Amino acid sequence: MIVAKGKPLEEIIEAVKDCDSILVAGCNECVTVCEAGGSKEVGILASALRLYFLNQGKKTQVGEITLQRQCDREYLIQARESVESYQMVISMACGVGCQFMAEEFANKPVQPGVNTMFMGGALERGVWSERCQGCGSCLLARTGGICPVARCAKRVLNGPCGGSSNGKCEISKDVDCAWQLIVNRLKALGRMDDYEQIIPLKDWSSDRAGGPRKVVKEEVRQ
Amino acid sequence: MRLNYPAHVRVVRVPCTGKVDLIHILRAFEKGADGVYLVGCMEGSCFYEQGNFRARKRVEHAQRLLEAVGTGGQRVQMYNLSSGEAPLFAQYAREMSERIMALGPNPAKLAMDVRQGKAA
Ligand code: SF4
Repeated sequence: MIVAKGKPLEEIIEAVKDCDSILVAGCNECVTVCEAGGSKEVGILASALRLYFLNQGKKTQVGEITLQRQCDREYLIQARESVESYQMVISMACGVGCQFMAEEFANKPVQPGVNTMFMGGALERGVWSERCQGCGSCLLARTGGICPVARCAKRVLNGPCGGSSNGKCEISKDVDCAWQLIVNRLKALGRMDDYEQIIPLKDWSSDRAGGPRKVVKEEVRQ
Repeated sequence: MRLNYPAHVRVVRVPCTGKVDLIHILRAFEKGADGVYLVGCMEGSCFYEQGNFRARKRVEHAQRLLEAVGTGGQRVQMYNLSSGEAPLFAQYAREMSERIMALGPNPAKLAMDVRQGKAA
């Protein structure tokens, strides 16, 4: 999933303090699971903003809505009536949802309510970890299912580097060395011969280096 | 024991303080409460193990948010006691009550009163 975390309340207040009416819009997908922008977090932010405006003696209206998905026009258009009745929208969706919201409602200022962090998963309740950087040409088959692009600080493709020590990366003793994990896993799979195969230079044109990307699937396109 | 505690303290019973979420605390202020405090079991003796620790974290989060919106973080507090400590329950009620008296009413309530023409 896409992992996000809420922006500091002070930053949000600064951005919306002069507004007369605000719609706080959540998303039922990734940001709900990572507890950053689902209906629960929408309720908390909206309540905090209402208290702020009351304390300031302002009559600003703060509404709440949570869409099934903000990265999908199909759901955005269903929220048109609500969105149009407010002066501004705080999107609690990831950067994708926030941008789709802004594109759909071109005349409506849209303010992000979260900082979008990465693609990852939960290690335990309240702890999320990065797993994928969307490089566009997946290497996982060669590296025992552990991604050196997302999980190695230097994106080393034939590691480890000289900084690996006791299984930890040189950037922090709290970060596992991805290549140590890869070696451990290849050993467990009895595939250490694969480790001896040099991974050739990666074609980064499918990554961000090639500019903004698009996927077109002609067989389903209408 | 027939102990007294300030009459304006309104008790809301919950199965465990771990049931109390951030939104419940914030809504209480939106509805005009001047202060909110949670009284949980002693740390380490929660029937659900983590309930009162979770409650404490939520109280701390609520304090930060209420500070940021200008309500004031001191209006929320977490207390712990065992079910046999009624005098302590009454003491906490007095302590919180005195603190809120010193802070004055919830500013959001005053603003709502002005809006509804109820201001003194
Ligand atoms: S120590 Fe391991 S994870 Fe860290 S940069 Fe070197 S190879 Fe990558």
